[in-house]
Amino acid sequence: MNINATYINIYNVCKRELWLHANQIRFEHTSDIVYDGKLIHEDSYPLRSSKYEEIEIDGIKVDYYDTKNKVIHEIKRSNKIEQAHEWQLKYYMYVFEQHGVTDVKGILEYPTLRKTQPVVLSDVDRDRIKEIIADIDKIISSEECPPLQKKGICKSCSYYEFCFTKEVEE
Amino acid sequence: MKKTFYLFNPGMLERKDNTLKFTPFDSEENPMQPRYLPVEDVSEFYVFGSLRASSSLYNFLGQKDIAVHFFDYYENYTGSFMPRDTLLSGKVLLAQTAAYQNKRKRVEIAHKFIDAAVWNMLMNLNYYNRRGKELDEQIAKMKSLAEIIPNTDTIPELMGIEGLIRQEYYTAFDIILNDFNMSSRTKQPPENEVNALISFGNMMCYSETLRAIHQTQLNPTISYLHTPGERRYSLCLDVSEIFKPIIVDRVIFKVLNKRLIQEQHFDHKLNSCLLNQNGKKIYVKAMEERYEETFKHRSLGRNVSYKHLIKLECYKLLKDLLGLEEYKPFKMYW
Ligand code: SF4
Repeated sequence: MNINATYINIYNVCKRELWLHANQIRFEHTSDIVYDGKLIHEDSYPLRSSKYEEIEIDGIKVDYYDTKNKVIHEIKRSNKIEQAHEWQLKYYMYVFEQHGVTDVKGILEYPTLRKTQPVVLSDVDRDRIKEIIADIDKIISSEECPPLQKKGICKSCSYYEFCFTKEVEE
Repeated sequence: MKKTFYLFNPGMLERKDNTLKFTPFDSEENPMQPRYLPVEDVSEFYVFGSLRASSSLYNFLGQKDIAVHFFDYYENYTGSFMPRDTLLSGKVLLAQTAAYQNKRKRVEIAHKFIDAAVWNMLMNLNYYNRRGKELDEQIAKMKSLAEIIPNTDTIPELMGIEGLIRQEYYTAFDIILNDFNMSSRTKQPPENEVNALISFGNMMCYSETLRAIHQTQLNPTISYLHTPGERRYSLCLDVSEIFKPIIVDRVIFKVLNKRLIQEQHFDHKLNSCLLNQNGKKIYVKAMEERYEETFKHRSLGRNVSYKHLIKLECYKLLKDLLGLEEYKPFKMYW
């Protein structure tokens, strides 16, 4: 099973979303959020680009890798699902390690909040990532879609209407 | 917000950077004043006159996710250009097929479409009954026929009952409508004004349903009530059954009783009657107004339009097919 960083990310947000996404059940969404993210990506660091490299390996795509200092920068729009962002970054570091690039540091950046947060990959995290990968594999190859969970995040999820529309009889 | 554009005149559609240029032709095929449409504003085109366009234009429309629906001179739907299926799920296709092949499941879903269609037809009649039209007889007959529905266990039986109910429903049209008579339903070609409007409206609803289905990953060629292959996109026929009464028929009652559409908006031929261009424009406008009407959706807690409701219907069907939640069709309660 091909697991990529998006899966790790979604896994930490919602298991149902992961299943739907992995099974290619995706809907057109209002592209505002994607667009917004792109704007930050393009406009916030126009002068720093030479320092960074873009790296793609094993289903991950790192936009800002500082080769000299071995730091992966991950830029996010809001810290609403910070935990998921952390795991995404830890997964990047894990994949780097798997490819022989060790002692990599990670920094999460929220330019609109003027906030940065260092992320480290511990042994506990490494074990956890292995577990997560196994769990993702189990979820997405299952015939059954995980149940609906009422969460704050649902309202801004692209599956919100799919998940929550139903007939309420009088 | 993106809008549907209706091209009534024959003409030529071209790309000019990020703008679409439509040049209508007069009856001698001479170009007239062009119109420019920013591509971001267009959700789809309905083409009623002949259209000249190049493949590079279609490539561009495809990229921008803009569908084009074509209608012939007799207002029959002839086909659509649909943007590439960027969204395709093998899982959904398999689930749709499995439900079709399972006889019990197929009939169960088909029942639901008819169930809701009949309910919504009855809501229309109740509405006019409360407003002084004498419809008790039709309502009673339809209700007693509807009681047979749960006992039908094949599609042809179900279709038979549906046909009888619809006949009864259509006799109510002559009572609801003040100045026009429909007598009986005639298609291809429609023989009188009311029939012309029903055909035209149903066609529009069908295309809109195709759009909704396309956005929700369902495959429009696999259907339950109608036989796949009966029409190219037979699932549109299934789903639009639910919405025809509340969208198409309501609009027909309105445009005729408010005299927005009158005798002069039709072209009469020997054995056919069709809306003329002005008539189409008026009908389309009334239809758009109906589509855009919103109400507070109970489970979503948001305002949704009737147009959007069609897409939500597809979501519910999809959830059932994927085994997430039993499908309950939309029934109007007001
Ligand atoms: S709407 Fe909520 S339950 Fe549904 S996929 Fe999104 S986060 Fe998960």
